[in-house]
Amino acid sequence: MPESSVIHDIGYQRYTGPRLGRGAVFGAIYVHGLRAAYGFGRSAKAKIFPWLVFGIVALVAVILAAVRAQLGTLPLNYIQFADAMSWLIIFFVAIVAPELVSRDLRSGVLPLYFSRPLRAADYIGAKVAAMVTAVWILLAGPQFIIFLGGAFTTKTGMSGVWNEIEDLLPAWGYSLIWALLFTGIGLLIASLTGKRAFAAGGIVAVFLMTTPVFGVLSILPSSTAQDLAGLASPMTLVSGVGQWLISGANTGMRIGEFGPVYAIEVVTLIATCLLLLLARYRRVASL
Amino acid sequence: MSLIVTQGLTKTYGTQVTALHDLTVAVEPGIIGLVGANGAGKSTFIKIMLGLIAPTGGQVRVFDIDPTVDPDRVRAKVGYMPEHDALPPDVSAAEFVTHLGRISGLPRTAARERASEALRHVGLYEERYRQIGGYSTGMKQRVKLAQALVHDPDLLLLDEPTNGLDPAGRDAMLALIQRIGNEFGISVVVCSHLLGEVERICDSLVAIEGGRLLRADRISAMTEASEVLAVEVSEGTDELAAALEALELPVTRDGRLLLVPLTQEATYDHVLRVVADLDLPLHRLDQRRHRVAELFATRETADA
Repeated sequence: MPESSVIHDIGYQRYTGPRLGRGAVFGAIYVHGLRAAYGFGRSAKAKIFPWLVFGIVALVAVILAAVRAQLGTLPLNYIQFADAMSWLIIFFVAIVAPELVSRDLRSGVLPLYFSRPLRAADYIGAKVAAMVTAVWILLAGPQFIIFLGGAFTTKTGMSGVWNEIEDLLPAWGYSLIWALLFTGIGLLIASLTGKRAFAAGGIVAVFLMTTPVFGVLSILPSSTAQDLAGLASPMTLVSGVGQWLISGANTGMRIGEFGPVYAIEVVTLIATCLLLLLARYRRVASL
Repeated sequence: MSLIVTQGLTKTYGTQVTALHDLTVAVEPGIIGLVGANGAGKSTFIKIMLGLIAPTGGQVRVFDIDPTVDPDRVRAKVGYMPEHDALPPDVSAAEFVTHLGRISGLPRTAARERASEALRHVGLYEERYRQIGGYSTGMKQRVKLAQALVHDPDLLLLDEPTNGLDPAGRDAMLALIQRIGNEFGISVVVCSHLLGEVERICDSLVAIEGGRLLRADRISAMTEASEVLAVEVSEGTDELAAALEALELPVTRDGRLLLVPLTQEATYDHVLRVVADLDLPLHRLDQRRHRVAELFATRETADA
């Protein structure tokens, strides 16, 4: 025993204070996960990538806001902005998802979690919520920068600000769909391996592989095939839903009359990912 | 009230593997050794007590709570130290133990205070802000112990706590466990495949082999005096044996020792008189004690 053990004589004290329930524990994992996503409470190295991505997205937003202040027109609307950032979101997901789940798998801490009053659903639910929030902030924060730029330079007073808000709120909802779908897919892949590099590579690979499928389908001669091509890739899938739900989204996606199909697929895909994650952690929780 | 009670506890995996077979045992608070070879079913037993896996048959109660029905209430009172590596390398021990304190339901400040306390008790106060990745094996074992203590449990389940430690580290860890059991008022179940070390610190012992209960009792009962007298003389062992046999005492030889069953009060006197008559140099004459290791006599020779 090291020398420090000689100052052991302050005896052991029992804890008599409050013990919080599962809700508070969920909150603790959620906050811990959200902080970890942006590298807080981690080494400087862990902060580089998330903040690099966030910095680029924010910079684009600032440039867009500046361009509008000068020219009066927005080169990309809120929805197009989110779509244009899709590859950055994928990189962000590929960094954050392994940070949130692969890390715990690799270090073997899960038995320490699951020997406490906590269920598999609490653990993975808090992780999903943390990551959805992190991805949403990545989009919604810069969207808010664009909004501020528009609101402060509007020439039509309060009604101009109100118009901006009416554009911003659906866009925030749209960003939430991005966040939910990409979190579901990202965490599911990351939960399969303890090796961060494999998890990150796997996530990028999945998104990378679906893009050419969309490319091929979208140049087929059949117009129905072209309308449905967006279903093949997560990115175009979300764009399709935006196109259907939000008037004036102008995502450039051809969805024809198949808007509901896109919506159903998004919901099913998100639900499937979350259920598979839960099933996976039910197994892991029994050690 | 008994700490842990099981009734016919059975766990099978598929049809082939029986991890626990009809285990019926009642354990009183204190330091309890759970000994058995690797694969004897110790870890399975612990996981059932934590409500992590459900038994195939039988009942189990910890603090009179059924962990299969109400695992959260059991887990709130139990601290678990797993056998394998369970620590992230890139955070400090203070941060890590605080986080797990919060997972146990402690409020933020309480978790931080208790984490410092727990780390102080395991002897890692000075080093607690260093990253765990730079710790020695012994220090990592202490962090694992600290995280099991952070929420002030009433029972610690320690799975092979001395794994991978050098002899000095082993002694320190065992001393720490003994302190926790005796001074902190926390019951401890220590799992080990090393009988010798558990025997040193435990009040009672549960020995299992191949998922079956070998014996469960207090250490004092296991080592109590037996009804055999051991005699050792420096020379003339053969003469002594012959003389005792002449008195119709059934003598058996165990190396340099002669063992004489203590059937009546007079046996002592008979033996003494014979030794005196033959004028042999008497080395020892005592009542033999049972050794805990006799439980595993067959297995230990097989291992050696």
